[in-house]
Amino acid sequence: MQSAPPAPKTHTEILRDRSRPERHEAQATLSEVFAETVIDAAPVGFVLARLGAVGKPILWIQDRLSRRETGRPCLAGLPEGTEILHLEVSRPLDALWAMEEGLRCPSLGAVIGEIWGDPAVLDFTATKRLVLRAEAHRVPAWLIRRAASASLSAARDRWRVKSLPALPEPDDLRAPGAPLWQAERFRSRWSRTGTWVARPETTGLILEHGIAANEAPAQQQRA
Amino acid sequence: MRQAGKLPLPSAPTAPARRPSGARPQWRAGSDLPERGAAPPPPLARRITAIHLPRFAMERWQRTLARRGDAPPEDIPQALATEGPHGPVIHSVNRAAEEAGVAAGARVVDMRALCPELRVDYANLAGDRAALDRLVLWARRWCPWTAADLSAPGPAAGGAAGLVMDTTGSDHLMGGEAAMLRAMEEQLSALGISAAPATAPTHGAAWALARHATPRSLCPPEALAQIVAPLPVAALRLAPQTVLLLQRLGLGRIGDLAAVPRISLARRFSRAPLTENPLLRLDQMMGRLAEPVGAGEDPPRFAVQSRLAEPVQDPTAWLPELCRELCGGLAAAGFGARRLMVSVYRTDGEVSSVSATTAMPSRDPDHLCRLFEGRLERIDPGFGFDLITLAAPAVENLAAIQTRLDRREDDGAELARLIDRLAARLGSGALRRPGPAPSHIPERAEAWGPALGHPKPATGPTPAAPRPLRLLYPPEELRVLYAVPEGPPAQFVWRRLTHRVARFAGPERIAPEWWRDRPGARLRDYYRVEDQNGRRFWIFREGILGDGRGHEPAWFLHGIFG
Repeated sequence: MQSAPPAPKTHTEILRDRSRPERHEAQATLSEVFAETVIDAAPVGFVLARLGAVGKPILWIQDRLSRRETGRPCLAGLPEGTEILHLEVSRPLDALWAMEEGLRCPSLGAVIGEIWGDPAVLDFTATKRLVLRAEAHRVPAWLIRRAASASLSAARDRWRVKSLPALPEPDDLRAPGAPLWQAERFRSRWSRTGTWVARPETTGLILEHGIAANEAPAQQQRA
Repeated sequence: MRQAGKLPLPSAPTAPARRPSGARPQWRAGSDLPERGAAPPPPLARRITAIHLPRFAMERWQRTLARRGDAPPEDIPQALATEGPHGPVIHSVNRAAEEAGVAAGARVVDMRALCPELRVDYANLAGDRAALDRLVLWARRWCPWTAADLSAPGPAAGGAAGLVMDTTGSDHLMGGEAAMLRAMEEQLSALGISAAPATAPTHGAAWALARHATPRSLCPPEALAQIVAPLPVAALRLAPQTVLLLQRLGLGRIGDLAAVPRISLARRFSRAPLTENPLLRLDQMMGRLAEPVGAGEDPPRFAVQSRLAEPVQDPTAWLPELCRELCGGLAAAGFGARRLMVSVYRTDGEVSSVSATTAMPSRDPDHLCRLFEGRLERIDPGFGFDLITLAAPAVENLAAIQTRLDRREDDGAELARLIDRLAARLGSGALRRPGPAPSHIPERAEAWGPALGHPKPATGPTPAAPRPLRLLYPPEELRVLYAVPEGPPAQFVWRRLTHRVARFAGPERIAPEWWRDRPGARLRDYYRVEDQNGRRFWIFREGILGDGRGHEPAWFLHGIFG
């Protein structure tokens, strides 16, 4: 399992890259999402909204506990046109191996891995391998972690996501409408950290400041 | 026979049974084959063996059940049926049913009146045909020119089948023709197939003797006319209406037919096709009209091996070279491997093997080699092995195709390789590719088929209401703390946590599918609910109070929204 690492960068390049964080926003890399509670599907929705329309199949890897405790992805609920390859593994080691294999394949749109708890194999080295491979082959990789603690990791972006009460449905005041999530980027290689209110739109994921997000529904309700 | 000899012979020259041109025989009989340019051999120089398998369909059905562990009892009348124009028709019967008077070709309802305890199952005609094709390959142990006998008109009555082989010059390898026929009968009966072989100079005569003469009949060329003369005209492979016509004309035996002047028969049947033309069939039987045995090609077999000078423990180092050699052979023949098997032959006489499957036919040596990465450790080497073989038991045609003009790889091929690697390491059941399925029940609206193999394009109904991101299998039951008469419960407990319903949408009613469900299945009312923390769930109530299908309706949690 030899990965092709990207060419090493000079100090000048690294400094130049740091001055232009927007270049990295679009770059495919490894990101981690932690679920606030185990039964919350907000991280899944957040990842799918963040990926947007990839137009290629997504390799979706679940370990046994994730599959048993939080169910399988429901095809009808995924964004229109999403095609998935679902892999169920029993050991976290197999999940990491399968993620690395998937990241080597450029005809995949993304690789999503769901790993339960804090297995010993998911250490800094394993995440670093995933990061290098994702960046070398330009396939975005997402790790969804449940019942886990945010220990040492090489993931470029680390998020913590939970559900917020949804926006009101315009036609039915008793019903929940479009979802809202609270997304906290607590560690990032290139971008700002902070807490946002996230909502999926047709163009992708929209991150808003909490106060602005609070005002928007109030305006909607007045209108 | 004598009179017929004086009449003008048909124009088709008598030719020996030959393979189709271009086919390369894998077996040569030395002096049997005529020299190129020499005079053609006299007619009746060939020896054709026909094997009649009178109960092929029924015996195959019995073997299938026996392998599954519920062998049907011999003494209960059993029949296999096919669909006819006026209801099911008996296709094949077992011995008990035959003794009870059940006849093939009759309608099932008539035979039920005759034999009330008759059991009927449906025949699998395509499966029988495929089994016969496999049996043809198995039967090439006696002679390489073996084919399924499909020369009789219409479907074989009673689920019978037949093989035909050109055994000219191969009988002496089995100790003569009589011994060969006995060996055929014995080995086929060891497979559970009753068989009646016969050998004659022509295909038509062998067919007739296998079905209408004493078992294991042998017909020398000089006695052909005498031996076939007492056989009924049905032995000429004629259509039933022609047999009936000949019997009405008073021609019950082949000898009677042969005594009729040739010119009269030719005038009467001049325009009839082969299966309704007794004159042409008679010519075939007597060898005046050529009827070569056209045996199909053997399926290509691809295997390479590596003999080692001394026993080793690890086959990894030899695998790339074996893969390259195998792929060379596959490329030369225009095939790609769908399944691969590595076998090691241990010094203590044991053989152990590992196999891998591919999603698309492939002959890329690096890819095939990587399918075994991490799996060769499962081979138990014992004290070492000295022979490694790599075989491709399943191959498919793979033409060289160019899908892109630039020199980059095709996306589909890359994905197929990924599927191969994942399925080879983690099992083909673990990797699945869900697709829509035509159903309204949420768990049936998606088909989770294996990603290996050809995906079936299907479409399903577009749901009216939003669907969750996750579905639980199976749905988990909720404990209702505070029920309200309309709508979802105000409070419920799921996984020992209390959820208070803040907002909800619904219901969406999904009725059971009466064509698939059990009669007592209840409808479901789905609600989209949001709890006090903003988590959104998809819950349903199974049934409604007073629908007469059970007790108080229960609540289940089926999905989680993002």
